[in-house]
Amino acid sequence: MSDFIETGSSSTEVIMPEALAAARAAPRRRRGGRSRSMSLLLHGSLVCAVIIAVFPVFWITISSFKPYNEIVSSTTLKILPQTWTLQNYKHVITNDDYQFLHWFANSIVIALITTVVGVFLAATAAYALSRYRFPGYRTALNSFLITQMFPAAILLVPIYNIMVTLGLLNTKTGLVLAYSTVAVPFCVWMLKGYFDTIPISIEEAGRLDGLTPFGTFWRIVMPLSLPGIAVTCFFTFITAWNEVAFANILLTTPDNYTLPVGLRTYVFQFQQDWQYLTAGAVLVTIPAVLVFLFAQRYLISGLTRGGVKG
Amino acid sequence: MLVPTFVVMGLLVFYPLAKGIYLSFTNADRFNIGNKYIPSTYSWIGLANYKEILTSQEFRDVAGFTVLWTFVNVFFHFTIGLALAMALNRTLKFRGMYRMLLLVPWAVPSFISAFAWRFIFNNPYGFLDLLLQKLGVSNPPAFLGDPTWAKFSVITANVWLGVPFMMVALLGGLQAIDADLLDAAAVDGATAWQRFWNVTLPGLRPVAATVILLGLIWTFNMFNVIYLITGGGPANATQIFATFAYQEAFDFKRYGVATAYGVILLSIMLVFGSFYRWTVARMGEETWS
Repeated sequence: MSDFIETGSSSTEVIMPEALAAARAAPRRRRGGRSRSMSLLLHGSLVCAVIIAVFPVFWITISSFKPYNEIVSSTTLKILPQTWTLQNYKHVITNDDYQFLHWFANSIVIALITTVVGVFLAATAAYALSRYRFPGYRTALNSFLITQMFPAAILLVPIYNIMVTLGLLNTKTGLVLAYSTVAVPFCVWMLKGYFDTIPISIEEAGRLDGLTPFGTFWRIVMPLSLPGIAVTCFFTFITAWNEVAFANILLTTPDNYTLPVGLRTYVFQFQQDWQYLTAGAVLVTIPAVLVFLFAQRYLISGLTRGGVKG
Repeated sequence: MLVPTFVVMGLLVFYPLAKGIYLSFTNADRFNIGNKYIPSTYSWIGLANYKEILTSQEFRDVAGFTVLWTFVNVFFHFTIGLALAMALNRTLKFRGMYRMLLLVPWAVPSFISAFAWRFIFNNPYGFLDLLLQKLGVSNPPAFLGDPTWAKFSVITANVWLGVPFMMVALLGGLQAIDADLLDAAAVDGATAWQRFWNVTLPGLRPVAATVILLGLIWTFNMFNVIYLITGGGPANATQIFATFAYQEAFDFKRYGVATAYGVILLSIMLVFGSFYRWTVARMGEETWS
């Protein structure tokens, strides 16, 4: 499983801190100031941590501007390029009839469709689990939780087999279906927590005004849970975006590859084109990091709110 | 309204699960699995796959590294994450900036991070190699070529990857701790260490119990980092169950064996998960009663 969905599913447990919002409120000043040396130590360690956190990204970015012969010059360490070049980017983008852009598009399309399908299915199920008690309720709820624990190993072979039988190998449909197996259970848990926080009285008012059960869900509950829906969408998107194992076996021709599978072809065992890999990596990373840093406030508070009532 | 989801889940999760369990008792491989046109011809062989796996040396080796991998990773995720969270939970200049930059490993797509680390560990022109040479180490280790160093390398990369999540979660937990408790302890003469050990840590327990369990499960199942950095090599030195079962299935096409691995892993997870929850629940009672 990939990291983002994992992160999200922490909300499946009840215990995430209520106070991440408060967390960001003005930090308390406790028991007076610090000594100068203490302060230095604190900033020193944080700066070290930041350097380590940022370094890999910095390094691939810098390397992507180096010509091939500088990357493979194994004699001395030079941080900055001797000659800056955009050749790697040009090659990555235009090579093989703009193949990289195809991968990019494939990744985006697959992640978007997975998001729409996954979140819609999950929202209806989560709503039912949040509002109705029926025989097998506990089992249903737990089955969603347990699927979170599935090692990919147990589903990969049968799903691959099914895709072969259905002729869905090497198609976007096949991949979307496979990703939904990962995304839906997580989304159900996440959204159920959200729906639980919406007072039933609002829905009852809607019913009195003549809405059908689906109408109350679609017109009242969904709009009220938009923050939760947004977070769930984001996590589903990222899960699909980062997935390697399924994409690797279900996609068989280069034009259909998603980004992780495609980029990997740059660094196969015997020919390692790090200059292209780094350029491709930077093109993928920049939008991802910008979106993440912009969205993280909302994400973390959204995660927390859904989780509190899990 | 559950119907559509259950239909889909049934088709996509429970049917494959049942089929996977069934396959684990068969001799399915690339020759008899069948396809769209050819019917499958594998047959039931009972527990033979399980027997083969559980008595093999490979299983023990992979199990050993999986355990090491899981616990070392989560240990460092938690301790480093906690240290950073404690540092960020103070009045501090540039606090917001530190926090944002420390989130970078979480923001970068994990497959990109894996590639970036593989590049850094590269021999002979990776950054670490060159750095060590510059520092006077004439013959730096092959970080990805030597079995022991490869273990070190994949764990390092994954520690880097997992710290920000722990940091954010624990920071939230820290801020939920009542400052008055800490002040009261200070007034009563508790040292900084005693305050940390007797007030902060117990206060973090609910959050910590959850994130550690999740961390253990995710790390146990982590596929991307190992697959993209070492592919489990050299000589299976960095295989964990997730990548090893994948190799059995899609490199060697031994579907029966691979699904048997899946079933074994699932059982381990279920047992471990219940045991963990039970322990945490019991610890809770002891603390509060």
